[in-house]
Amino acid sequence: MSEAKILAKDFGPGPAGALLSVRRLTRRYGARVGCADVGFDLWPGEVMGIVGESGSGKSTLLACLTGHLAPDAGTILFDGRDMLAMPEAERRRLGRTDWAFVHQNPRDGLRMGVSAGGNVGERLMAVGARHYGTIRAAAADWLGRVEIAADRIDDRPPAFSGGMQQRLQIARNLVTGPRLVFMDEPTGGLDVSVQARLLDLLRGLVREMGLSVLIVTHDLAVVRLLADRLMVMQGGRVIEQGLTDQVLDDPQEAYTQLLVSSVLQV
Amino acid sequence: MTAAAYNFAYLDEQTKRMIRRAILKGIAVPGYQVPFASREMPMPYGWGTGGVQVTAACLTPEDVLKVIDQGADDTTNAVSIRRFFQRTAGVAVTEDTGTATLIQTRHRIPETPLAEGQILVFQVPIPEPLRFLEPREPETRRMHALEDYGLMQVKLYEDIARHGAIATSYAYPVRVEGRYVMDPSPIPKFDNPKLADSPAIQLFGAGREQRIYALPPYTAVVSLDFDDHPFAATRADHPCHLCGATDSYLDEVIVDDQGGRMFVCSDTDHCRKQRPAP
Repeated sequence: MSEAKILAKDFGPGPAGALLSVRRLTRRYGARVGCADVGFDLWPGEVMGIVGESGSGKSTLLACLTGHLAPDAGTILFDGRDMLAMPEAERRRLGRTDWAFVHQNPRDGLRMGVSAGGNVGERLMAVGARHYGTIRAAAADWLGRVEIAADRIDDRPPAFSGGMQQRLQIARNLVTGPRLVFMDEPTGGLDVSVQARLLDLLRGLVREMGLSVLIVTHDLAVVRLLADRLMVMQGGRVIEQGLTDQVLDDPQEAYTQLLVSSVLQV
Repeated sequence: MTAAAYNFAYLDEQTKRMIRRAILKGIAVPGYQVPFASREMPMPYGWGTGGVQVTAACLTPEDVLKVIDQGADDTTNAVSIRRFFQRTAGVAVTEDTGTATLIQTRHRIPETPLAEGQILVFQVPIPEPLRFLEPREPETRRMHALEDYGLMQVKLYEDIARHGAIATSYAYPVRVEGRYVMDPSPIPKFDNPKLADSPAIQLFGAGREQRIYALPPYTAVVSLDFDDHPFAATRADHPCHLCGATDSYLDEVIVDDQGGRMFVCSDTDHCRKQRPAP
């Protein structure tokens, strides 16, 4: 039943006004399926969660969307432009201006040998900022917005706690005012109180900046807090999607029911 | 084996042809690092194997060769490379910048302005300006291809954040013709302005890293900087102890163990000419 519902949506071009339109995206690893026939639209200001167990194709999907992996079939339209036909130079430029990627492990997203200020300033300099004072002021402003003390601006990330590193990574990504943010398990590896603070911060920034976010996680609490819509993946396919509260409170698919009931209640 | 058993300028003609091809490509694409099949040379890596191969490929029997090491004509590296080409090519040698047609240099550009028809060959240890920022070679090549040079600016940012000024004082990165970011080899940044619009051909050879790059005559070369921290060529604030020059690059020489020191021109040929006849 739900299969038919997804397929009907999968054909047809992306609707006008959607920021990201994905159709029939497929990536195989030899005979194995990474992700298959994934299709969705992401609207400006919308937060979409992708949940599923390990190996369900979440990371493959994210890698295909961000251009780290070439999909075998399907289309990706960003703001009406075909991402797969776009030259790499232009894709990189988008990656520095309109897109952001928050890694699960801040070490992957930060330059560990560069000070916090340099980390935040890098994207500005990459798009042509050449005034030291302006760059530094922007870096200081952003450190403040992610609640890192101003006197830590010249410290390097290894001197920061895990939660601070993750907040620094977020500052570094949001400094150029992107429109679309990919997040891969942004709260993974953080303890619960730090997670709560980070989620609070993220929610504030998303609302304030009107960001569109695609957030991949296996933590249902994170999507409950952040996501407007939810996509459940299993075995490389999207098995259920809908409004977050609707999917979590009234799951239709057996797997989603299992997933929701597996959450530990404290 | 006697010196006569060598081909002119040590390398065989096919090798020289291969190197000349890389040089021509380098000149056609200023600042771009051209890979070449660097040969084993009878000297250790780090002693100028790249520069020697470029020199060997450019030498003709009519050339007058000058070799300098940190500006000096009489240091080990300069003397041994000069003797190497005297033995294997039999070319005339000189210490006079003006009469030399080909100058191989390590870490300096002569003070005497170069002229059309001269070739300046630099010895380069690490040709990749992004190397210490991004260790992966495929990634640095992609960054060059896509003009993705934000990272280079991050290095200068870090300098200012930590030292209050751009503390990079040698191997100061430059942008060539508004396109490639290039490592000018470890010349002091005092010499950076001489790279730009030079009438001479400037060739850079990195033997271990197997790269050749070049600046054709009259090429625009701009040192990277920030609008509010502009590039400045620096020198020690002293006159030369020997010739009294106030406009040349100086070496600091410790003369005793009492803290005594003196500053002398690093370019020995220039210094000798500035001095009054004894």
